[in-house]
Formats: sequence, structure tokens, C-alpha cells
Amino acid sequence: MRIPCPCCGPRDRREFTYYGASDYLDRPAEGADLEAWDNYLHLRDNPAGVTRDLWYHDPCQAWLEVTRNTVTHEILSAHPVSEVSA
Amino acid sequence: MRYSGFRVFTQGLSGNRGWRPAWRRPEPKPAYDIIIIGGGGHGLSTAYYLAKKHGLKNIAVLEKGYLGSGNIGRNTTIVRANYFLPGNSEFYSHSLKLWEGLEGELNYNVMHSQRGLINLFHSDGQRDAFARRGNAMLAQGDDAILLDREGVREKLPYLDFEQTRYPIYGGLYHPRGGSARHDAVAWGYARGADQLGVDLIQNCEVTGIDIENGKVTGVQTTRGAIKAKKVAMVAAGRSSQVAAMAGMRLPIESHVLQAFVTEGLKPVIDHVVSFGMGHFYISQSDKGGLVFGGDLDFYASYAARGNLPMVEHVMEAGMTLMPMIGRARVLRSWGGIMDMSPDGSPIIDKTHIDGLYVNCGWNYGGFKAVPASGWCLAHLMATDAPHPVAARFRLDRFRTGRGLMDEEGTGSQHNLH
Ligand SMILES: Cc1cc2nc3c(=O)[nH]c(=O)nc-3n(C[C@H](O)[C@H](O)[C@H](O)COP(=O)(O)OP(=O)(O)OC[C@H]3O[C@@H](n4cnc5c(N)ncnc54)[C@H](O)[C@@H]3O)c2cc1C
Ligand SMILES: [Zn+2]
Repeated sequence: MRIPCPCCGPRDRREFTYYGASDYLDRPAEGADLEAWDNYLHLRDNPAGVTRDLWYHDPCQAWLEVTRNTVTHEILSAHPVSEVSA
Repeated sequence: MRYSGFRVFTQGLSGNRGWRPAWRRPEPKPAYDIIIIGGGGHGLSTAYYLAKKHGLKNIAVLEKGYLGSGNIGRNTTIVRANYFLPGNSEFYSHSLKLWEGLEGELNYNVMHSQRGLINLFHSDGQRDAFARRGNAMLAQGDDAILLDREGVREKLPYLDFEQTRYPIYGGLYHPRGGSARHDAVAWGYARGADQLGVDLIQNCEVTGIDIENGKVTGVQTTRGAIKAKKVAMVAAGRSSQVAAMAGMRLPIESHVLQAFVTEGLKPVIDHVVSFGMGHFYISQSDKGGLVFGGDLDFYASYAARGNLPMVEHVMEAGMTLMPMIGRARVLRSWGGIMDMSPDGSPIIDKTHIDGLYVNCGWNYGGFKAVPASGWCLAHLMATDAPHPVAARFRLDRFRTGRGLMDEEGTGSQHNLH
């Protein structure tokens, strides 16, 4: 599996650290209720198919939101998290 | 038909013409009292104990493929009770006791072999942690022996004790740990449940869960609609898709875990050996193949096959620990889809929907749990109260933060187990 890093080009999966579903970009506001935190931290759609998740590229230290297919392992796109509006 | 040595003998003399299929292939009925979604180890054992222990009739197991096509037929078969935290400890202890009576109970040879499990440690700190775990195992009524380096050398002389990266300090020996034949466990429970009247319906994928006024009323399947008073979702790696049919999101991420087997060799590895620091564990099957594996590939996946970096990592770890296996040829590798929970511990609970139950979150350790999981889910469905040894496997522990069971102590977060 190769992930196209916007800074470095297509790189081996071993250079990346996986963080999890991009739900982590939707951090609840201060004072949000339990359900909001549960959704943020634990509950997942966990799709069999296209998903968006967060990967860290160790060499360039960029956080990426990767769109990929969990059934075929096909990578559809990768964008810096800083450019993704949550 | 009861199985026995005598029957094997007489069948052998009469050309083996008298064997019958081990279970029926019934058509689905329009309605059941209880439907179990998923014909893996957990679904089948649940159906078995509902019928056997609680005397319930009119139960169906719906399986989208064939029985045993999921993780129950893909795992590396380690059976152990070396858990530490309250909640896990009593549950796995109970499960091991059920394993010890399983072949008699099912009249089926599941090849349960208590050959002993040895977890290696490589530092003083790890030794302390393992001594503590061993004490917890003794306190829960199971067995554990702390081996020093020489004690390990006596049992596993073939390890590379001189390696400098992870020098072997000793091991925690769990004599009652071991392995079993994974398919046989599914087949044994399937045959037992069928004989008690459970309908095992294969090639029947559940595509919808019917809910009226907050109560479950049945399921939609590729073989038509089926009504039911109670429904249990026991779909392991596919739990999130099934729960979504009931409008639920689960605290589950599905990950792929790989395993490998070599060509058959003469007996060479007598125990189950785990090398936690290298992410490697190994045992030898009764057919002679070395069965081994490592860690998750560590990204969400439904591909049932992994990527090469983890293959390389597992092979390297194996060579570090026991260079003697370097000449063995790997025959096959495969992957299974693991239902990973944030704290690494399972869920056996009711849902907020009346009559709908959930059993999931088995991570990479649900094979050893098959007997107790079925036992406890059956208890919950039959009596509407959690079984005491599974009372902490609550679905709401993530929302409330109360009762999290992070056995590895790495944090209760999706990417950490
Ligand atoms: C490589 C590997 C090694 C492992 N090693 C060990 C080990 O050494 N020790 C240990 O204790 N555990 C181990 N495990 C974990 C263990 O195998 C699993 O936790 C356990 O088998 C999961 O429960 P199950 O048997 O019910 O799952 P499964 O056999 O996967 O059963 C779930 C069933 O649900 C069916 N299903 C899904 N969706 C639907 C639907 N919509 N309709 C109908 N049916 C559906 C599936 O087809 C499947 O048959 C390992 C797993 C893997 C992959
Ligand atoms: Zn980069």
C-alpha cells in the first residue's frame, strides 16, 4: 500500500502512522454532552467501502486525511488535514 | 448419531458408508422466537446453550456464507485464561473450564490440547509485570508458573537466548493454556445445536432489522423476511454493518489480522510460545504445520488479506526468536477481520432496542472465548439478566467512562489495541 503524500509524493505505507477515522476532526465544543464525546471518541460508522481516516507522514510530519476503500485497499486521495474543513 | 471410537472402528470395517451429515439444511421458517445473526463460533455456541441450558426451542442461526467461514475458521487457535483485570479475569477463567469439558459435552473431538502457553519476557520491568499477572491468574483459580531463563531453556531449548535486542529473561508459563482445532469447535457446536432442534440456515444474509415502537420484530434476509421475538447480533468483524441496520453506531473499528502456516514438519514446537516484544507467537498444529502470527496491520480494513510490511515484520520476529524455523517453507497466509473495541475488551449486552442484543468487540482474542461467550449471551437472552462473569462487558462503558477494561494498559482509544 502506497499513500500519495501531498508534500512527498507516493510513499510506502511504513512511513505513515495510522490514527483512525476522521471523526477525530470533529472535536466537540467545550461543555458538549456525553453523547457528543462518545461519538467523537468511540462510535464509528466503520464502513466496508469508502472511508476517510487520518494518517501521519513521519518524514514530513504532515497529518493527512486519506480517502480510501477498506475492502480493496485502494487509495482515492490524500489531503493535509489543515486544508480539510471538519 | 453419537460418535465414538467403536463407531469409527465399525464404520472402518464397513467402508465408512454409514456416516450421516452432521446437521440438517432446513428452509427458514416464517417466524422464530430467537434469531442469531452470524454462524461463527459465538453465534453457534449461543444457540447451543440457549437450547441446551435454557431449554428454549424455536431458534435459528442465520449465516450469510457457510458455517465457520468467518474468523472462527481463520484464527490461530490459542486457548488461555491469563487475563488480569476484573471482568476479563473471571470470564476467561470460566471459558477455560468450559473448554476442559467441551469434547464430552458436545460428543465431538475439538482437539483441545493443553500443551501449555509460555509468554516470554525480556526485562526486569516486564518480569515484574508478568509476576503480577501470574499472581492474578492464581488468585482467579487458574495456573501460572514464573520461569527464569534456565526454566525457559529447559522447555524451549531452540530459542536464541543470545540475541542482543530482546535477551530472554524468562517466561510466564500457563500449563492449562494451549490450542484447539478451530473448525471443529464451530462444527461441534453446530452439530450439538442442530440435534437440539436449532435451525442453522446458511447462505442467508441479514439485510435489515425490523423494529416497531422500539421493539425488534424480525429481520429481512436474502431468503425473505423472518419474524422473531428476540434477535442477537453476533457478526464479529461485520458487527458495524449489522448494527447499522438497527440504526446503531458501535464503538468498533474493523482491522485485519494476518496469520501464516508452514508445510507439515515433525513435532518440534511442543508449546504455544508468545514473544510479545517482537509481536510474534507460534504453535505447531497436529498436522505438523507451524502456525504463527503477529500484530494487526493497524488500519481499518475489510480486505481479509494484509499487506507485505506486516508479513516481513512477523518473519523477522520469528527469525529473531527461533532461527531454526528459517528453513521451513510458508504454505499459506491469510487475514481475518477483527472487531476491535477501544479498550480491547468485548461487549455482551442488551441494546436500547427491546429484544435486540449485541455480542462483539472480541479483538484478536475471541476464539478462546467461544464457550463462555455463548454461555453468557444465552443467559442474558433467556433470563434478561447478565451472567455474573460477563456483567462488566457493558456497551455503555465507553459513553460513561465507567468500567473500561484496558488489559494492555495502553489507553482506551481506537488505534491502540
Ligand atoms: C488471524 C487470526 C488469529 C486469531 N488468533 C486467535 C487466537 O489465537 N486465540 C483467540 O482466542 N482468538 C483469536 N482470533 C480471534 C477470533 O478468531 C475471533 O475473535 C472470533 O472467532 C470471533 O467470533 P466468531 O467466531 O463468532 O466470528 P466469525 O466466525 O467471524 O462469525 C461471524 C459470522 O457472522 C456472519 N455474518 C456477518 N454479517 C452477517 C449478516 N449480515 N448476515 C448473516 N451473517 C452475517 C459472518 O459470515 C461470520 O460467519 C484470531 C483471529 C484471526 C483473524
Ligand atoms: Zn510527506
